[in-house]
Amino acid sequence: MRFRVEISRAEGIADPEAKTVLGALRDLGFDEVTDVGFGRTIEVEVADGSPDPDERVHAMCERLLANPVIEDYRVTRLS
Amino acid sequence: MRAAVVVFPGTNCEHDVAHALRGLGAEVDLVFHKETSLDGYDGVVLPGGFAHGDYLRTGAIARFSPIMDAVEEAAAAGLPVLGICNGFQILCEAELLPGALLPNRDQRFICRPVDLTVRSTRSVLTAGTTEGDVVRLPLNSYEGRYVASQGVLDELESHERVVLTYEEPNPNGSARGIAGICSERGNVVGLMPHPERASEDALGSADGRKLLESFTLSMARV
Repeated sequence: MRFRVEISRAEGIADPEAKTVLGALRDLGFDEVTDVGFGRTIEVEVADGSPDPDERVHAMCERLLANPVIEDYRVTRLS
Repeated sequence: MRAAVVVFPGTNCEHDVAHALRGLGAEVDLVFHKETSLDGYDGVVLPGGFAHGDYLRTGAIARFSPIMDAVEEAAAAGLPVLGICNGFQILCEAELLPGALLPNRDQRFICRPVDLTVRSTRSVLTAGTTEGDVVRLPLNSYEGRYVASQGVLDELESHERVVLTYEEPNPNGSARGIAGICSERGNVVGLMPHPERASEDALGSADGRKLLESFTLSMARV
């Protein structure tokens, strides 16, 4: 089983890089852009047949992959 | 007074810290992160560097190194625990201190001396200083922007747990100009600038010496 973990900056935490890219998009005439968010993607392969895979991947996020002080995460099962 | 300076793979300031503490009369051992005991030590320092390559997030892997259980025990026992730069990031990841450190506001690595104001003398690092003292220490970090929720920031301020703040202009965008904080009991301290790199006149500033002297004296009192 393969999972995709998407980690994004938590609401209210400033991201100067994203803000700069937002400004650049606006400068290029993409006036409809109202927000830009950066994040990272981590794919996790879990051995077939392991128990509670969804819960376990969430536990991995809570324990190590994301820091709740600054990040939100979302898990998608790919296969 | 015997201090343990913890060495993770990627730590690069351990010798500087050890040299500075020895100069203040402390016995110092470099302790590898795979060790599991800090018995016999009166204080612990997590020095600067790039522990475990700063992979994932700064300090995120280091906080699960085998030695960290012993660091948590030392902190709980009231021993002085000091995290400098990467060490501060590790203490935050380990939740021994609240908040987190993010890339600097201007997305640049900062490497220059900065002026800091002592805001609280309640910590083991600042016990020997006076509130309002200004010290000049080198800042050497990319992820130095301290962030925490408004509630945490308010609590830090009202409980005199903000130890050092940057003089204006704020170099890295840290919340409320915070450069260093301490635990509720004051024995766990983390700061981004490097006191050990300003511990002798030959280094351009000896202001860090009085901070490390406070830390050393706190070890003697344990």
